[in-house]
Amino acid sequence: MPEVYEPKIVAFFCNWCTYLAADLAGTSRIKHAPNARVIRVMCSGRVDPQFVLDAFARGADGVLIGGCHPGDCHYQEGNYKALRRVALLRRLLKQMGIEEERFRLEWISAAEGEKVKTVINDMVEKLHALGPRVPACRKEVA
Amino acid sequence: MKPKVAFYWCASCGGCEEAVVDLNEELLEVANAVDIVFWPVALDFKEKDVDSLPDGSILASFINGAVRNSHQQEMAQLLRAKSQLVVAFGICAQLGGIPGLANLTGAQGIFQEVYRDGVTPATRHRENGYPLSLPEFWDTVVALDRVIAVDYYVPGCPPTPNIIRDALHVLLGPDPPPRGTVLAPDQALCEQCPRKDTRPEKLLVKEFKRVHQVIPDQQTCLLAQGLACLGPGTRAGCNALCVRGNMPCTGCFGPTSRVRDFGAKALSAMASVIDSNEESEIARILDAVPDPVGTFYRYSLPSSLLGRRRME
Amino acid sequence: MSEANGGIRIGVYTCHCGTNIAAAVDVESLAAYAATLPDVVVSREYKYLCCDPGQDLIRQDIADKRLNRIVVAACSPHLHEHTFRGALVAGGLNPFYLQLVNIREHVAWVHEDRKEATRKAEDLLRAAVRRVARHEPLEPGRTPIHPDVLVVGGGIAGIHAALTLANAGKRIYLVEREPTIGGHMAKFDRTFPTLDCAACILTPKMSAVKAHPNITLWTYSEVTKVDGHVGNYTVKVKRWPRYVREDLCAGCMECLEACVYEEARVPDDFNLGLTKRKPIYIAFPEAVPQVPVIDPDTCIQFKSGKCKKTCIDACGERHAISFQLQEKTEEIEVGSIIVATGFQVFDARRASYYGYGVYPNVYTALEVERLVNASGPTGGEVVLRDGRAPKTVGIVHCVGSRDENTNRWCSRVCCMYSLKLAHLIKERTGAEVFNFYIDIRTPGKGFEEFYQKLLNERVHFIRGRVAEVTDWALDPTEEGKLVLRVEDTLASLVRRIPVDMVVLAVGLEPHPDAPETGRIFNISCSEEGFFLERHPKLAPVNTFTDGVFLAGCCQGPKDIPDTVAQAGAAAAEALALIDAGSVETEPNTAYVIAEVCSGCKTCIPLCPYHAVTFLDNEKKVRIDQAMCRGCGTCVAACPSGSIRQHLFEDEQIFEEIEGILAYA
Repeated sequence: MPEVYEPKIVAFFCNWCTYLAADLAGTSRIKHAPNARVIRVMCSGRVDPQFVLDAFARGADGVLIGGCHPGDCHYQEGNYKALRRVALLRRLLKQMGIEEERFRLEWISAAEGEKVKTVINDMVEKLHALGPRVPACRKEVA
Repeated sequence: MKPKVAFYWCASCGGCEEAVVDLNEELLEVANAVDIVFWPVALDFKEKDVDSLPDGSILASFINGAVRNSHQQEMAQLLRAKSQLVVAFGICAQLGGIPGLANLTGAQGIFQEVYRDGVTPATRHRENGYPLSLPEFWDTVVALDRVIAVDYYVPGCPPTPNIIRDALHVLLGPDPPPRGTVLAPDQALCEQCPRKDTRPEKLLVKEFKRVHQVIPDQQTCLLAQGLACLGPGTRAGCNALCVRGNMPCTGCFGPTSRVRDFGAKALSAMASVIDSNEESEIARILDAVPDPVGTFYRYSLPSSLLGRRRME
Repeated sequence: MSEANGGIRIGVYTCHCGTNIAAAVDVESLAAYAATLPDVVVSREYKYLCCDPGQDLIRQDIADKRLNRIVVAACSPHLHEHTFRGALVAGGLNPFYLQLVNIREHVAWVHEDRKEATRKAEDLLRAAVRRVARHEPLEPGRTPIHPDVLVVGGGIAGIHAALTLANAGKRIYLVEREPTIGGHMAKFDRTFPTLDCAACILTPKMSAVKAHPNITLWTYSEVTKVDGHVGNYTVKVKRWPRYVREDLCAGCMECLEACVYEEARVPDDFNLGLTKRKPIYIAFPEAVPQVPVIDPDTCIQFKSGKCKKTCIDACGERHAISFQLQEKTEEIEVGSIIVATGFQVFDARRASYYGYGVYPNVYTALEVERLVNASGPTGGEVVLRDGRAPKTVGIVHCVGSRDENTNRWCSRVCCMYSLKLAHLIKERTGAEVFNFYIDIRTPGKGFEEFYQKLLNERVHFIRGRVAEVTDWALDPTEEGKLVLRVEDTLASLVRRIPVDMVVLAVGLEPHPDAPETGRIFNISCSEEGFFLERHPKLAPVNTFTDGVFLAGCCQGPKDIPDTVAQAGAAAAEALALIDAGSVETEPNTAYVIAEVCSGCKTCIPLCPYHAVTFLDNEKKVRIDQAMCRGCGTCVAACPSGSIRQHLFEDEQIFEEIEGILAYA
């Protein structure tokens, strides 16, 4: 662990909107917190809840899913499937004692480079406030 | 000399023992074919009897129940040393099972719930100058393979007689499957479901119902009737016993080999068929699933990716 | 093959991208770090990996070091994934044994702390190294291209694209929402900087569209739905009834004369309400098609059912007029689509301080375009609403442009059209003309020379943003005038300039329904609302949806030469697709492991493309590889893990997650 706590965010970005928004943030040189690590998926609908849980299990401090705005999905409705799963997963994570600030679904269009910045910076700020997460909260056998 | 076999139970309800007895006359055949050297629930052998056996002298130990205290761990380790094969018998040994739901809290939480303000068990205690000790009660329930290496798994709550029979058959047969195999079909339960054909091709659900709210039609796919049947994500093998009893599958055979986290996948599948794109309506539909962990991890919380609720 | 080579052998290549990456990320230490990762046989850094020597490096290493997996840490896969796949192919490897790490857009360009940026790059690289080990060889898909093309929008962009393609022998559907093609250009009198007559260059092209055997022209029509994918789009076009049959009308216009309305009473949209028209009308004399249209909102027959229907009598034997015509929907198949839906001008009312809609003699530039037009409402005479000729005219630049409160962008054409209007007004009226500008922007062929010409014509230029237009007179010279209050930033004083006529140089902005249009064609809008091109420099007419191209101002403000050039480029892109006959598709499809599918059908309703079907005999599902578009939503939903996705396999994504989080 680094000496100063820096939360690590695993971000699943859809290929057509949010990944491009992050590219746009790059070409526009929109500086933001370096805490998110992007994994590209074709659609936010590809994000299997297993991926989210695996990220938390392996010590991610936060998980961010980025998809196209409702109605703008490159695959028509994949983002709505993500929305449904996230709604249920959020409830499950709450039961598992994972604070809701740690798991976020955001609609970020290819034009919203600025929003990539605001979302990541805001999430990092909230994660700092929460402090380090007990990593991999698996059982401790004697 | 007949091969030696042992049975043991850890944190379990005894249902798995019943399941062995449910083999009926076949049990006698099994008993004739093997030498049962340890079976606390049925035979009067003691721990020291096992202890005195040479290492590896037991052909197979069938251990059911999850592991949640130090004595269970010690017994598992003892049997591991003495056995050539260890079979996690039943879903509690395989994935943590119902006792694993205790991972939503910890030892203190459980003691508080069970003993309230009375005397709570202490691992070490002195009474009239004499030391007394109890096994250490852990905060976290684990599946058997978290404390010892496990060779095979027989799923189910409890394993059904046909599954036990098939398992014994392949284990004693000439060509046992690779170590680590779950001894049940690697397909989802819909494959065996008598109602499979009644599920519409485009099933979307506007309202989930809970079992106490409806008397389901006896012919139609339970999911199509709005019941949270987990058959699509659950390993086949039981021949859809619950569905035949007009009750939805709750997932006691665990996931297929291709799924790492039963609950996550079951949740994903169920959420995917919600017939709404509107956040507040989705929320309303999901209110019919008041306990997601209990619903999706009923049998597998300790082996899920997160394993337990975060300790406070 | 990996077995033959003794397991996974990964080569990692880290690009400096000049200083683009190297300035923010410690490339040398990153490359050294990569060398320590499992299965990495060679790790190199290089100045520009995308250039030929960079790619040769990879190709050579594949041979020399028997590599079978390649990781390139460079820019976005959207830019160079294709390039580096080529390097793998050149080295004899399957192109899908590649994983790109985006350390430019996602790291170097957005982070300032070099240590943190390098740490992030390491995490991403580790993830890629673990992921690539799980890659499998794949064959790209191929999809045939339907040779017909849909062009949406009949302005100069759509017209030019349609004619270019039609002349190349392709079959074109040109769909226009208005009753005539021509777009904004049809409203102009002259075009800058050459001052050639807009109608003289446009109307022949309009007629050519109508006459062209390869073009099916549907005006007064709108695309409502687009299904399918590159090469094979199914398009629904809604066609509103004109109540005049195009196939029977001869364009004699006798019906217009015959209409029971003797006086035209309905504000005429084409002339921006400066004139009136009848309920049966034609937008302008050169409209294409030369077929009138009946406006049911104002036609007596539609309103009361009790008209004498003199128009029908006038039409006589031709029977072209029918009040019974219904809206209909056509369905067509095309292989590619050119979106040329244009722009709208800024609504001057939003800049309320300029008094548009309050003071009758405040005009928008487009209205003045009509006034100076010989076929416009005044026959080309520039007169005020009361019929007087203006003696002084003020042209306010940048109305609704370059302004935080309205639109931030420069509309690119306003400077030049303001100069043009200044010239025309002066020419027609001899008035004294003032231009109020922030900057004069004349970066085009002959533009600066035109500006010089205007200076010589003694048109006044006052540098300053006009604060307001008012009729409040402070002294007798201002009585009855409109006064422009402006800070003259060159003279450093606040001035009041009284004029007879104010012209607002309104900017260009996206159609308000652009987001809706975008959804229909599966394309995105950029921040300001114009359609987003695939790459601002390298793919300016492409979109992120293959087979859908952009032309004209729907992509951003531009003048006529640029619009025509872009329309030609879009047509060339479509032609390239058609002539190739087929296009390679990314093999990222979902597939079913048939032997383990339980036939639970969870996946079927999730597929928007109907690619998942239930096999009644096997009682399992099947995914049609040609129809699957690779979103992966069925993969995430399959409860028994029996659906997988090429290029995005569960294991590959898990490796990425675990690679990111495997603290070194």
